[in-house]
Amino acid sequence: MLSRTADNLYWIARYLERAETMARLLEVGSRIALLPGSGQGFRNEWDSLLQASGTADGFARKYGDPVQRNIESYLFFDHDNPSSVASCLTRARENARIVRTALTTQVWDALNTAFQELRQLERTPRSQAELARLTDWTMRTAALVRGAIDATLLRNDGWDFLHLGYHLERADNTARLMDVKYYVLLPRADFVGSGVDNYQWTTLLRAMSAHRAFHWAYGGEVTAAKIAHFLILNPQCPRSLISCAQGVTGHLDRLARGYDRSTAAQHQARALLGRLADTEVDEIFDEGMHDFLTRFIGEIAALGATVHESYLSGDAR
Amino acid sequence: MTTYFNEMYQDGAVRAPYARLNGWTNAMPAELRQMKQAEAEALFRRIGITFAVYGEGGDPDRLIPFDMFPRVFTAAEWSRLERGIKQRARALNAFLVDVYARGEIVRAGRIPARLVYQNEAYEKAVVGFRPPKGVYSHIVGIDLVRTGPDDFFVLEDNCRTPSGVSYMLENREIMMRMFPDLFRENRIQPVDSYPEILRRTLASVAPLKCDREPTVVILTPGHFNSAYYEHSFLADLMGVELVEGQDLFVEGGFVWMRTTEGPKKVDVIYRRIDDAFLDPLCFRPDSMLGVPGLMDVYRSGGVTICSAPGAGVADDKAVYTYVPDMVRFYLGEEPILQNVPTWLCGRADDLKYVLENLAELVVKEVHGSGGYGMLVGPRSTADQVEAFRHRIEADPENYIAQPTLALSTVPAFVDQGIAPRHVDLRPYCLVGERIELVPGGLTRVALKEGSLVVNSSQGGGVKDTWVLAE
Repeated sequence: MLSRTADNLYWIARYLERAETMARLLEVGSRIALLPGSGQGFRNEWDSLLQASGTADGFARKYGDPVQRNIESYLFFDHDNPSSVASCLTRARENARIVRTALTTQVWDALNTAFQELRQLERTPRSQAELARLTDWTMRTAALVRGAIDATLLRNDGWDFLHLGYHLERADNTARLMDVKYYVLLPRADFVGSGVDNYQWTTLLRAMSAHRAFHWAYGGEVTAAKIAHFLILNPQCPRSLISCAQGVTGHLDRLARGYDRSTAAQHQARALLGRLADTEVDEIFDEGMHDFLTRFIGEIAALGATVHESYLSGDAR
Repeated sequence: MTTYFNEMYQDGAVRAPYARLNGWTNAMPAELRQMKQAEAEALFRRIGITFAVYGEGGDPDRLIPFDMFPRVFTAAEWSRLERGIKQRARALNAFLVDVYARGEIVRAGRIPARLVYQNEAYEKAVVGFRPPKGVYSHIVGIDLVRTGPDDFFVLEDNCRTPSGVSYMLENREIMMRMFPDLFRENRIQPVDSYPEILRRTLASVAPLKCDREPTVVILTPGHFNSAYYEHSFLADLMGVELVEGQDLFVEGGFVWMRTTEGPKKVDVIYRRIDDAFLDPLCFRPDSMLGVPGLMDVYRSGGVTICSAPGAGVADDKAVYTYVPDMVRFYLGEEPILQNVPTWLCGRADDLKYVLENLAELVVKEVHGSGGYGMLVGPRSTADQVEAFRHRIEADPENYIAQPTLALSTVPAFVDQGIAPRHVDLRPYCLVGERIELVPGGLTRVALKEGSLVVNSSQGGGVKDTWVLAE
């Protein structure tokens, strides 16, 4: 497969996953904003969302104070924000147009239809575009595309590159969402274990569509340790860091078998997975959640760079 | 008042090839037609065939209007066209091989040396090089117009990279999906073998240095190009990679593409970029679209480029006037297809005639395309004609003139119902080890009432083109 084609497929998946994360963030934000007395009021909560999505600086430059309506626009519609849902979906569709030959009609259809619907939404008066509708639409769209990929795409190397994109992006996004919880939503240590703390954890679970799943898996009281285990170390949770690391490793191994050669990416991925598998929740808290997550985000970025060098840059020999 | 040949109705009767279509339209109420039209548009949009016109702004995902009323040829009509088209494709290729070798046709005084050797499209970089199988133009698009039952004229030849074949294939696909009954009632020859024949044609001209199943690729300028859809469509149907310049590099006398498994050797490049952009070391040094060193590999027989660099010298509008002579000179045959009478403004007598009769003529730039930079005398105001007169006088060599042809019409679905609209035809002739032509082509239709300009950039649409079986 052409390296450029593989690169396009990889980024289609990353953009889609990122769009979905944005929608999840918006949902969390609107939920938190509905509640009285969570810390210092809505302004703080929305601000933390911008921090989480890595878009705070861009937003401040364009709009100034974090007002809910503006944040919704910025995270959903704004093409000046490279991480907005609209930007991500537009670029995913543009990438798909470039590699049409590597996709099935169904996958293209799902992406192209999403793009046409997005253009409709952009023409809809904002007063009629409720946030819940927008976030639901985004998640449904992402699911449709993922479904079309799983149901129709040839299980060749292109499939692996798409899934490498999905898993790497998801690993990064999950880590960032958790980091927000610990670093931004909860700036003062005396909130730990308070009602606010638990409420925010629950919201985080909801954002990952993992609220019920968590209760099925653990039951009983919501504690920081259980949630950290669920979102980091539990391979049953589809968005946990270890699930993502397994996904990356699995697809890299498939590539190595198919191409009959291994690269630095396989070694790096296996090492990362091995370290996660050996980690206990206590160790994470001992290290400090924020430090652990920061290190993990760095490792995922490094793995992404190695995947790029080994397969996507076109410099492979 | 000019009378136009209507391909469906003649002397108040329906011509034979259209007999069954008559019943079809009569049985179709207006509401159904509108529904079908909307359905067709939705299909095109979903497939993603859209068409961007450079510099015009507006909707970047514009569709070329699709007219559902098909255009029909009988087997007998087609067989004559086919022979004429293949003959012309052979003569054009013989000419190209000749003018980059000994130039016999120039020595024999059959075509002026200046027109060939001082032509902008004459490529000095390939003088003396003979491409595999002696083929320069592997895909020859010949634009034809019709003025009567047996009167076909060649409007122009396209020897470089004629576009539009994806419409031929998709128009058929969509018609078959929407009106399966029509295809049961009429015996319509299929066109869907085109991509396979194209692949075979390209593989048949692999360079001598290629000692295995040749690797064919399509080279595109990228997804901002208005024909990008077609490039990716053809790559998909042929099962070959669609590459950009950045995907290729030259090493050790061969061309390689960058893949996830390392470099892979490329043998045949079907390029959809102009000569000037192919290789910055040989042509335009500022080209980012090409591959540095490509021409060296080409000339040393390490890769085949289709169409060959330099093929453009044969489809120039001034050289066009000499194609019938080429047929006689190289093939010793009489041309089956006629040229439109053409005046070269570079010749003093011709120029005089053109300037005196400007209001009746169609004037085109020698290197123009796409319906831009042309004057349709009878449809222009006196001011426009005068303005054009100054342009011709300033640079006569750059213009040719032709009579305003009475282009045939075919019924088209318009807002008011069904009305005749002018059409042309572009079949795609494939030249490799063999010369092949699928029974069909792209029919373009001028959807504006009275308009003779069929270019999609000027409000033209497309139709499905049928060739009936014997």
